[in-house]
Amino acid sequence: MTTANQQKTVQSARLKVWRGTARGNGRYEEFDVPFEEGDSVLDGLVRIRQQYEPDLAIRFSCFNANVCKECTILIDGNAEYACIAKLRAGMIQLDPLPNRRILRDLVTDTLSPKERF
Amino acid sequence: MDDLIELETDVLVAGGGAAGLFAALAAARGGAQVLLIDKNVVGRGGASIMAQMTCAAALGEAEPDSPQLHLEDTLAAGRGLCNENLSALLCEGSPRRIRELEAWKVNWARQNNGKINQVKAPGHSRKRCVYVDFLSTGAAICAALRNKVSRNPAIRRLSNVSLTDAVVRDGEVIGAVGFDVATSIPVSIRTRAVVLALGGMTKMFRRTTSPNNLAGEGLGIALRAGARLIDIEFLQFYPNGHLAPRVVGLDPTTWEPTRVKLGGRLLNGIGEEFLHNYGEGSGEGYSTTRDTLTYAIYKEVELGRGSPHGGVYLSFQHLDERALVAALGPAINIFKRNNIDLTRQPVEVFPIAHYQMGGVEVNEHMESCVPGLYAAGELVGGANGANRLSGNALPEAMVFGERAGEAASRFASGKTRSPSDKAAAPHVDLIRERRARGKESHSPVHLMCELKELMWSKVGPFRTAPALREALDRIRILRESELPEARVSSERIHNASLVEWFEMRNGLYAAEALALSALYRRESRGAHQRDDFPASRPEYDQNQHLRLDGKRLVSSFEELHA
Repeated sequence: MTTANQQKTVQSARLKVWRGTARGNGRYEEFDVPFEEGDSVLDGLVRIRQQYEPDLAIRFSCFNANVCKECTILIDGNAEYACIAKLRAGMIQLDPLPNRRILRDLVTDTLSPKERF
Repeated sequence: MDDLIELETDVLVAGGGAAGLFAALAAARGGAQVLLIDKNVVGRGGASIMAQMTCAAALGEAEPDSPQLHLEDTLAAGRGLCNENLSALLCEGSPRRIRELEAWKVNWARQNNGKINQVKAPGHSRKRCVYVDFLSTGAAICAALRNKVSRNPAIRRLSNVSLTDAVVRDGEVIGAVGFDVATSIPVSIRTRAVVLALGGMTKMFRRTTSPNNLAGEGLGIALRAGARLIDIEFLQFYPNGHLAPRVVGLDPTTWEPTRVKLGGRLLNGIGEEFLHNYGEGSGEGYSTTRDTLTYAIYKEVELGRGSPHGGVYLSFQHLDERALVAALGPAINIFKRNNIDLTRQPVEVFPIAHYQMGGVEVNEHMESCVPGLYAAGELVGGANGANRLSGNALPEAMVFGERAGEAASRFASGKTRSPSDKAAAPHVDLIRERRARGKESHSPVHLMCELKELMWSKVGPFRTAPALREALDRIRILRESELPEARVSSERIHNASLVEWFEMRNGLYAAEALALSALYRRESRGAHQRDDFPASRPEYDQNQHLRLDGKRLVSSFEELHA
């Protein structure tokens, strides 16, 4: 029988991540993230927290199912869900959403004002 | 509001999944002012929104059925340990909740004759499970409930608030404490009643279908408030959890409905069907319950007949492309995006932590033994006994949520809110003190990773006394010394380490409760399988109860409920 399309080769992505608490007053930090074919940008961000930088602010709930919509960020300039965008070899730039107030790093204020204090 | 947010309500509902949303609506209907909080987003966090397809309700639209028949199937799956009163409430209550959701614009899938369509899921004797579509039943239910809750002026919603403690004075719940995730500011809530709808503890396993928030906090909060847990050793491992190749954008539970619907074939690593070796019929017509299936897959891998990633194959290659496209609808595009062609290749599957059957011990009003403290949904123990039927999770959330909200509002109406009280102060202080303390070496995220690996390898579906003792020893060290010393960064804004520290603080009690109960139940039954006690034993036809005595968990086996 045919086996699954398994490419276990580990490649490396370089994630260029915006960090800060206010627009115009942030910086980019770069992280090399090993990945296997099929891994998501969110997988990469979770690995950054585990391996290098626990203080990186990211937000997600459902992780992989594309239902909670919390992980929306700019990936190379396009608004996308980090949980379904795929990692690829080379540089990927990650920014907070442009039209929302920045809380910290990649987390922006996306909640309804009625659900906040 | 610089360093403390103080709130007041009649009923606090913690957890914004289906159980919490139903509880909030019912409490408001009962006349209470309600505060509904979620660590993530109300109506989007939690597990309900991830439910893909089946929800069991004896509507009798597809074939004659009754709540009594649903109850019989539920009790059979529970392997003798169900609290029959709770199971009966679930089965009797589910049809009403389904009709209510229909009135609230949930579009249940229909037959050609216009009646609601119902399918037969494994373990059910009738076509009983309703669904919206193949992938988004939970999402449709949550959207309808979110809409309903947002239009109710008696319900205040707060997202990004993590609950850490129930405040207890003289044995009664008088409030709750948590913090605002966005700012790390402590939140102190004076309330007449608290409904915990925080889900289970499946996040504490490396392989899990859980969203990022089910860390067993409801169990830890309830134990520390004085409530008892029941049969917490029973945790369901979903047999056909996706393993490889990597798929993103789809829940790992996707294969069970697919398999049921299309008759996917389970094959071991050498391409043979194997379920018949475990007392099941081979070929079409799957009726194997989840515990048996999990056992069969584990054993094949253990016997050296696993697939390359250490699971088994699930193949749809005997079906033609048209049949697949017709049956899978939008999901086929998700597989395509992930470079998977089901007509040409099998996928690999392996069990994955999915649902907690045990939980907080409650009466038929969802009231724990602590006055004012209620539980709902997955956090409640007893209705599913040793194993849960496919399709019984959403009814448990909806029916028990409704009941908890109703009972909590009744309780609240007869009680005065306690004035500002010192009992909340130590909980608030702990949140303030946690920031920027501890050694550099451990961050909560590292401890969390370690715990997930530990639970997966030592407290998984197949257990032995030495492995469970090893897990217990390590959990106690984590709880008593390493977590208190862990480094939480001083960031105030959206500090995930602070969230994880408090998840671990409550979740380590849950993890310890699971390992301890699994050690004490020296038999195999349903989802709890002991390699050193492979048979079920009549002397364990008893429920196991746990309570916290000082810092120690104490277990007792007692006669079955009801």
